[in-house]
Amino acid sequence: MAGEKIRVLVAKPGLDGHDRGAKVVARALRDAGFEVIYTGIRQTPQMIAEAALQEDVDVVGLSILSGAHMTLCPKVVDLLREQGQDDVLVVVGGIIPEEDIPQLEAKGIAAIFGPGASTQDIGNFIRDHARRVA
Amino acid sequence: MTATVETLIEGVRTGNRLALARAISRVENEQADAHLLLRALYPHSGQAHIIGVTGAPGTGKSTLVTALVQAYRRAGVTVAIVAIDPTSPFTGGALLGDRVRMRALSGDSGVFVRSMATRGSLGGLSKTSGDVVTLLDAAGFERIIVETVGVGQAEVAIASTAHTTVVVEAPGLGDEVQAIKAGILEIADLLVVNKADRPGADRTIKALEMMLELESDSPRQIRHHGQLIAVEQPATATITAKQWQVTVLKTVATNNEGIDALRDQVEAHRDWLQRSGEWAIREQVRIAYTLEAIVRAELNRRILAALPQTEINDWVQAIRNRATDPYTAAQKILAPIM
Repeated sequence: MAGEKIRVLVAKPGLDGHDRGAKVVARALRDAGFEVIYTGIRQTPQMIAEAALQEDVDVVGLSILSGAHMTLCPKVVDLLREQGQDDVLVVVGGIIPEEDIPQLEAKGIAAIFGPGASTQDIGNFIRDHARRVA
Repeated sequence: MTATVETLIEGVRTGNRLALARAISRVENEQADAHLLLRALYPHSGQAHIIGVTGAPGTGKSTLVTALVQAYRRAGVTVAIVAIDPTSPFTGGALLGDRVRMRALSGDSGVFVRSMATRGSLGGLSKTSGDVVTLLDAAGFERIIVETVGVGQAEVAIASTAHTTVVVEAPGLGDEVQAIKAGILEIADLLVVNKADRPGADRTIKALEMMLELESDSPRQIRHHGQLIAVEQPATATITAKQWQVTVLKTVATNNEGIDALRDQVEAHRDWLQRSGEWAIREQVRIAYTLEAIVRAELNRRILAALPQTEINDWVQAIRNRATDPYTAAQKILAPIM
């Protein structure tokens, strides 16, 4: 049959408008065969969670460069869990200081990809960990 | 966490948005139990007014849809959107970007937006978009807007899915000859020239109006089995309603100009459909189209299941060697199945 496609929401929470990274990743994931739903910049955690629900995505990818990751990223995870999407994988890309990583992971972020991460690694990680593994 | 089909059906009927989203995925992925969902929910469909929005890439369809939905929401009408973008024929991936323009719709429980990839389907829609519309209809949304992929000249499948088809144009895309070519303009119930603040808007409007004036009083045509056939107007309709007059509307969706007029025209078309008896005709066509598609898909599945790939390869080899021809081979392949 047509088979299932892994669906990934790529979103930029917060106020920084630098979306080149998010677009590069979105494009790379498209080329890796995923269905990528791109929401654009300046999204609140509520907007991201709502889009993730309506689109029934398997993965939420957050791109964040503003430094507000400790507030915004766990908030997205919490909202997803609240609305019953506890099986959605949340990954983060952007500028995240080394010392923040353990705390983000403890709060349910599955992986963090910093500058220099290869888009292929991101794709492989998603393919290995998304709930809807073909 | 896999919900049972019963929970999903119940959820869709009672306004549980997660259940609706997951039901849509099962249908879109053509999972084994998708037909159980559709079978249970189909009787609850048939209430919504389905509005198709189509046009070339970059004419502003997503922005226009967003503004139109906001106009409906001001009137308290609930709306679901199915926004379709293309799947790459090379990688199978897709970038669904219609939500970028729809941020103003978030936080409203009277709106539900779902992006779909074409997944290999041609014609501007996805294979399962009609089924997804059925689910949204059964979930109680009063208007369902289907935004097609950016289309060229001949992707007209939307007209078999929607009650009202809106074709969006923008200034500067072509001359008067483009406007009288066959194809997409012929399926329009409403023509919109968006980005009407751009230079050349008046020329585009003129060209479209000229095209409409050229339309004669020939018998009405509807699509049936992929062909156009002329139909008689229903006898009861002749006095109360004449033909629908396609009009050209001017909008600037980014600052909401002309959007209320567009909504009024969509509603006027809906009234006309119901008064003239055309609604019944379109439902008939829509259902016939759906039924045919289901039969064809099932037939395809059975044929492929009955045909081992090795056998196909043998035939291909034989045809390559000119030992037979594709027409004879097809007959022989189908003989034991039919």
